[in-house]
This record gives sequence, structure tokens and C-alpha cells, in this order.
Amino acid sequence: MSDVAIRAVDLSKCYRIGERHRPRALREVLTTALHAPLRAAVRLVGASRAVIDEGASQGFIWALKNATFEVRPGDVVGVIGRNGAGKSTVLRILSRITDPTEGYAEVRGRVGSLLEVGTGFHSELTGRENIFLNGAILGMTRREIERKFDEIVAFAEVDRFIDTPVKFYSSGMYVRLAFAVAAHLEPEILLVDEVLAVGDAAFQRKCLGKMDDAARQGRTVLFVSHQMNSIRRLCNRCVWLDAGRVRMAGATADVVGAYEAGFAGRRPEAGERTVDGNIHARFLDWEILDPPAEPPNMLTTAGPVTFRVSVQVNAPIRHGVHGIALWNAERQLMWGWAAYGLSLEPGLHQFVYALPSLPLKPGAYSWHVSLSHDGSLLDEWNCVPDLVIATDPVTHPRDEWSGILNLPCRFRVDL
Amino acid sequence: MVVQSRVAGPERVRTPTFIIRPSSGWRFLDFRELWAFRELIYFLTWRDIKVRYKQTAIGVVWAVLQPLAMMLVFTLFFGRLARVPSEGIPYPLFAYAGLLPWQLFSRAITESTNSLVTDQRLITRVYFPRIIVPLSTTLAALVDFAIAAALLAILMARYGIVPGVAALWLPLFLLLMVVTALGLGFWLSALNVEFRDVMYVVPFLNQFWLFVTPVVYSSTLVPEQWRVLYGLNPMAGVVEGFRWALLGVGPGPSPMLLASSLVAIALFLSGIVWFRGREQTFADAIGAGGR
Repeated sequence: MSDVAIRAVDLSKCYRIGERHRPRALREVLTTALHAPLRAAVRLVGASRAVIDEGASQGFIWALKNATFEVRPGDVVGVIGRNGAGKSTVLRILSRITDPTEGYAEVRGRVGSLLEVGTGFHSELTGRENIFLNGAILGMTRREIERKFDEIVAFAEVDRFIDTPVKFYSSGMYVRLAFAVAAHLEPEILLVDEVLAVGDAAFQRKCLGKMDDAARQGRTVLFVSHQMNSIRRLCNRCVWLDAGRVRMAGATADVVGAYEAGFAGRRPEAGERTVDGNIHARFLDWEILDPPAEPPNMLTTAGPVTFRVSVQVNAPIRHGVHGIALWNAERQLMWGWAAYGLSLEPGLHQFVYALPSLPLKPGAYSWHVSLSHDGSLLDEWNCVPDLVIATDPVTHPRDEWSGILNLPCRFRVDL
Repeated sequence: MVVQSRVAGPERVRTPTFIIRPSSGWRFLDFRELWAFRELIYFLTWRDIKVRYKQTAIGVVWAVLQPLAMMLVFTLFFGRLARVPSEGIPYPLFAYAGLLPWQLFSRAITESTNSLVTDQRLITRVYFPRIIVPLSTTLAALVDFAIAAALLAILMARYGIVPGVAALWLPLFLLLMVVTALGLGFWLSALNVEFRDVMYVVPFLNQFWLFVTPVVYSSTLVPEQWRVLYGLNPMAGVVEGFRWALLGVGPGPSPMLLASSLVAIALFLSGIVWFRGREQTFADAIGAGGR
């Protein structure tokens, strides 16, 4: 117990889709109330658990699901994963901004969060005034701020403008001052969300140095970032989140290695999927057969493509159903399909798929496969490594018009 | 979310242990936590005061100018033209003494309503007891009140009115005023997070409420048997009590005042419970702060 700074147990967070981005209009609630008076009343009173269960299939998403991990005091832990994997949600729960839907976390020590620099800065106030305001917001006492004031100003290199309203600051000065205040926060546990991506290269080095100091003083740091270089440089341990679940946790080199394998195509070390005689059936691995791919999970053409998924079957399967789905990095379903009425004898089987084309935009995708026997699920697998599409984009150059397909179209104008 | 400070032997002060879990049940104010965050209350109040009159030409004079202008308008239309009785004291003084607590209330509820949404960057990024936001907004409005009160003192001296023993009641009525403003502020700010309709309702509510409150007229105009019902508007008690304590006019302590006080306390307590019950959803409901 005493050697744990953070212990998260089955931490889960459920969002109503759209809830975070759209304040509810009273009209909507009234309309709902007319249609389903009881449910609306329950929601209004705030006993939302029942509603969540009811709506699980329609309109609720689990941003975090049963995340269990431990952080020892003095560890600098990188939290990695794709967009929407639940990284920020973890920090939001641990910093008590939002509460978990299920599960709990035990936190030993004062928590300081740095989810974005400059929180609470007011443009009309001077640099000096903002240091005190921002410091108080981040949890420093006035005496603490007074003691560190000169140091903060020196770190931010804004001494000449300290009594000027920050609205007259350049964006560089603003960010430096904001980070300087945050960097002088001295909680036992520091939660950091990608703040190192600000400022010029020289200032970034300075920030990294400050984080190093924090680590060397034995403080516990949780650091969310997409930059594997910073993670490798700063963190001794890593937690990899995938679709709200902890996919892997351990030493930085191992976790980042496995994580990058999904993108760069290195096959992770064996041992993830092992065959156990007691198990009815088990998916083992997958690879692209045609066109010949190196690494075997990277596709450099829009198709045709043939790939196989191998499955070890240890007992006969009757009325088997095999399903397959393809997700993109945002967990949008690209394609789904199923084969029914399969009869399989024990042995190693290859499910071979031949697709005439797979015109997807470049990026990482993941296969999801399942196999059931007589209506009961035998195995399902989020295939590792990810499918990496490495074609040239032939879509509209602007993101919002590029869509999800990468169709090499031919266009002409006829008279 | 329930946060328990577990008492764990000698190192308790250095490493507090928190348990973060889904919120449940009814909660009241956590006074110990509010005390721990007292400097934040101070700084947010200070910020609101500081920022309010930045880049204005006449600055804090606005705090006096607004009630003064309203007093002049009311004196002209209600005092002179409509000849609304003012309990035998000069109408300008009568109106101003009513406007003073009214303006505090009006400003406090208007600004509290938007306070959580205005401070959404704080709400979505840092933990602190959320109730501090509408609380410090109301505290900042009290500074304007104090400045405007100076003019009341000048007016009283000008008209030669000296407060009597009833002035000893003044602190109690000031408290009632703050409790009413806070209670409604808690309700409206929390509701506005979920239903932005609230911020459109409040300006209208303000105008309507002014006329059911004895600011431009005296509550003695209301028939005796209806006074208790009239007192269900907590601001009726606040304004009449305030005027009675300072100028010695109006009903003074009465069933109407009792009704107002009870409603004010009920608003305050229920406001806290409602606010505390909803505060864990604020960060998610306000949105914008995702990444």
C-alpha cells in the first residue's frame, strides 16, 4: 500500500454521445419528458446510472473501460495511445475534474495537474497579477508564490513586462509565463498533458529539463503525449491505452516498442497469443499474403489484397460463426462481415480473405475477428499488429473534405 | 465523487490519500475543503473586481452611477408623477435605500448565472470546489454594494435622517440579503450549465422581480392579509428590513419578514444541495475542454 502513489481499479467512464459538446436545450428535455416522463425525471434528478445501462447500445460510449494500473512513487509514467483511447479521460479523473462512472482510484499525495498551460489567465490582468491568480488556481498558496515569484519571472524571461497586461504579450511570452508558473508547482503527483508541444525549441528543452528535475526530486509524474521521443526521454514506465482499455503496461522500451509496432509494422514478440489445450479455439495471428508485404501488415496498394487469419481449433466446431470487422484509428467501423454455418475439425486453420480492393486512406486500422460455436463465443481478437495502409493519398487536400476512402478516380470532361 | 481524507498515522499531513469514486448521494458544504481553498476564493473575487472596471473611463464610479441614475428615474416617475407614498421620508432616499440591496441581488444573480460557463476553462482543467465560482462572484458584487452604500450615507446626512436603535438589526438583514443572492446564484449557475435557456430567462426575471419587490413602493401598500404571501418573495423581506433598519420606516419585524427569511434559507440550503449534487457533471456538460 505504501509503495503505491496511484492505484486505479476498474476505472471506467461513460459519455453520452455528444454530451461533452452540446449543452442541452430545455426544449429537448421537455420533449423527452413528454415522451418518457419517468426516464426524464430520473435523469433530471441525476440518478443517471439506470439511464446509462438502458442506453448502453444507443448513444453511449465508454471513453474508459475497466482501466486498472498502478503507479509507484517517483515513477515518471507515460500514457500513450491513439486519439480517443482514453488518455485525457484518465487525467481528468485523476485530477478530479470529472468523476468515474465505475471503479475507483486511490491517490496518495497532493495532485497538481497541468492539463493546459495558462488556465485561468486573464488577458486584462498584468503578468504579475496573473502569476498570483494562476498560482492560486493551480493550488499554490500565496506565500509559496511570493517565494518563487522571482524565479518564475526569470524562467519566463518576461521581467521587463511583468506589470503589463498579458493581452499585450506576444504568444511566445504568454506561453512562457504560463508554463513558468505551472513548472514551479510542487505537488507530489504531477499530471501533464502534452504541454511540451509549446514554444520554440530552446524553450522546449528548458521545459524538458524542468520535468527532469521534478522526476529527480522523486516526484511522481503522469505524462500524456503523442511524441514518443519525449516519452522515451522522460518516462521510465508506460501505460498504453487502446479504446478505453489498458492494452499494455510496463517498462517504457517494451510498451513504446509494442505500440510503435502497430504503426511501423514490426511484429510484436511472440507470447501474446498462446495455444492452450484447454481452450476450444483461439486466433493466433494474421498477415497479408498478396501483394507480398514487408512487414506483413503493411499494404502499399489499394488492392486487390489477400490476407489470412490463423486460428487454432482444439475441438470440433459446429454451426460456427466467424465475424470480421475493420476499424479505423477513430474507432469508426469501416467494414464488417460474417460467415455462417462453419464446420471445423481440430487443427490449425487459415481463414483466407480475398478483397478486390481496399481503398482506405493511409493510416493505422485494426481488424477485429471473432469465432463462435453453437451460439457461444469461443474467441475474439483485436488483431495485432494493426493493418497499416501506406498508399499515397489521392483525396481532397483539405481534411474536412477528404472522407474515409482513398479512391483513385479517373475524371474527364466530355463535350 | 467521494473524497476521504484518510487518517494514516504520522505522515498524514504530508501525503493525504484520496479515494476517487463515482459520486452518489446528497452532499452539503465541505467546510474544511472550502477553508483549504480560501486563497482561491480571495483571488477569484479579487479578479472579478479588478477586471470589471478595466478599460472603463470612469471605473468604479459606475458602481454608484447605476443606482443613482435609477433613483433619479424612479423619483421622477413614481415619486413626482405617480405620487407613490414613501412613508413620510423624501422619495429619493426611500428609493435609493431600496435600490441598494436590490442592485446587489440583481447583479449577483445575473453574474452568478453565467459564472460557471464563463469560467469553463477552469472547470474543465482544474479541480477545486465548484461552489467557489458563484460564491466569489457574489462576494465581488458586495464590493459594489459597499461603494454604493457610501452614497446612501451621504444622502441620509443630506436629508438629516439618523438611524435609530433598529440599525442594530442591519447586519442580520445584510446576511439575509447575501443568503438570498447566494441561494439563487447557486441554483441558477448550476442550472445554466445544463440549460443555457437560464441565461435568457434571468434578464426578464430581473425586471419582473423588481416590480414584485417593494423598491419603488412600500409593502404597506399591500393589503394586510396578503403580506405573508407577499413575503414569499425573499427580496421583499430584505428590502423592507433594510429600509426599516436604516430609515425606521415600513413594517419592521413581522410575519412577512419571517416568511421571507424562511424562503431565503430554504433557497440557500436547497441551492447548495442541488449544486453539490450536480457539480461532478459540470466539466462534462460544459464541454469544450476535452483535449
